[in-house]
Amino acid sequence: MIEFQSVTKRYDDGATAVDDLDLRVETGSITVFVGPSGCGKTTSLRMVNRMLDPTSGRILVDGKDVMESDPALLRRGIGYVIQHSGLFPHRNVLDNIATVPMLSGEKKPRARARARELLDVVGLSEELAERYPAQLSGGQQQRVGVARALAADPPILLMDEPFSAVDPVVRDELQDELLRLQAELDKTIVFVTHDIDEAVKLGEKVAVFREGGKLAQYDEPSKVLRQPADEFVAGFVGRDRGYRGLSFVEPGAFTLQTVPTTRFGEPLDGPTRDWTLALDEQDRPRGWLAPGTVPDGVVTQSALSPNGSLYLEGSPLRGALDSALSSPANFAVVVDGEGTFRGVVPSQTVLETIEGSKPERAADV
Amino acid sequence: MFDELGEFLGSANTRAAILGDLGQHVYLALLPLVVGVVLAIAIGAVAHRTRRLRGFFLVPANLIYTLPSLALFVVIPGIIGTRILDPVNVIVALSLYTTALLIRPVIEALDSIDASVVAAATAMGYRPLRRFFAIQLPLAVPVLAAGVRVASVSNISLVTVGAIIGTGGLGVLFTDGFAREYFAPIIVGIVLTLLLALVVDLVLVAMRKFLTPWQRGVST
Repeated sequence: MIEFQSVTKRYDDGATAVDDLDLRVETGSITVFVGPSGCGKTTSLRMVNRMLDPTSGRILVDGKDVMESDPALLRRGIGYVIQHSGLFPHRNVLDNIATVPMLSGEKKPRARARARELLDVVGLSEELAERYPAQLSGGQQQRVGVARALAADPPILLMDEPFSAVDPVVRDELQDELLRLQAELDKTIVFVTHDIDEAVKLGEKVAVFREGGKLAQYDEPSKVLRQPADEFVAGFVGRDRGYRGLSFVEPGAFTLQTVPTTRFGEPLDGPTRDWTLALDEQDRPRGWLAPGTVPDGVVTQSALSPNGSLYLEGSPLRGALDSALSSPANFAVVVDGEGTFRGVVPSQTVLETIEGSKPERAADV
Repeated sequence: MFDELGEFLGSANTRAAILGDLGQHVYLALLPLVVGVVLAIAIGAVAHRTRRLRGFFLVPANLIYTLPSLALFVVIPGIIGTRILDPVNVIVALSLYTTALLIRPVIEALDSIDASVVAAATAMGYRPLRRFFAIQLPLAVPVLAAGVRVASVSNISLVTVGAIIGTGGLGVLFTDGFAREYFAPIIVGIVLTLLLALVVDLVLVAMRKFLTPWQRGVST
């Protein structure tokens, strides 16, 4: 557990970076600090491992004031991941990962053997073991950064905008990986980001900071979205917070409907009468054929209107709504975990479900 | 002229003397290079920390480098109490030059390191001294190496001046040749000095490559 008790950080020039912060990070949870730049979120994070020291107040890690610890020893017991990974360019992947165990006096072969295991844990191929950081992609570098933070098996991980420098697709992957890892490892994670979407996706608790280093709201993400504490939080969370809030609404099972389907890569039987979904050999949706499409050889990608997004059965309502809105045919396309087509839900039904979930949503806040 | 050269180099005694001069030259040029690199790294590491310290070290460093070498060779014995013809004078003077010349490159080399890398090292639990040797110094090599190459050429050339105050080295061939209006030793001296500078430079480039395996195949 990490506790901030009336923590204030003021710089020599008089600027207040963090103003009287009281906050408790529960053991084994992911807590996200989010806010605009200059709001004190990173400063707060960096005070936990004494990269910065508070001007007043106390920070307790498992009940012990961090100011009583030797900074270097304290830091070896707390994993740290930063933006742009901060990998050592002159050390290969294994030696980067083995950094903290080696600092703590572990013998090199043992530290490297452990590092090799960690490659697998963070989803990296063993072929990368001897590469230097400059020979890796941005996403791979971040994975190595996470492995390095995990190497000494610290109970606490501090992550300072770790995924902000990679492209959105990779960021999404890394976020999913982090959630998967956390399910296995059960660390106490403090994660800093300026991206509210990332905050609500990863955080079990979200701390919204405002300029001047004040904590504006500290709550579960669904509450931050649905019941912003004030104008600032509402503004920061954004105009589409209603839509984001759907990320937390689990629908009951939709009654699936069928639509005409055809096989991708094979000829059509005749002109389509309704919107027709083209499926590949594994029954995965490839795209829609508009009504009145006349057979012209086999069905190819160029004849199709793209799917839009697919809705994973049982996932939150946000996905269903997005699928319905992005589909040319006004149907949310439902797939299972394998990507296999299960059926469709008309947009109307999705909207009605959202309407119907409102009283329940109001009740649980 | 080639006849003169042939005649000059024909003598085994001359060749032995030249070899001795060359050895002395290498010693007088490279020992200060090593001393200067070590001192400059120590001073640069301290100066790198704050702007005020930078000025404190950089201003005198620039001044030292503007002192004429011959004057320095002559003044140093008065300061450290050596005899005027002692080669130690040259070693001390060139160590001063090398240090003065390299303080700025050391600071720049340390500045060139990505701040997030140093921050990460601190956050991993490195103490400052170990962080310096394990992380900052190795990463400073590419920028530092460029400065060391300049310093090595500067030293090799300055050692020739030492011959005027009789400390040996390839400069002896110049003083000799001028005194006797005999061009062969001057040409041999110039060629050997150039060759020495070239060989030392190649060795430094090879050392840099050896010390920075992580830069292979990566554009710098």
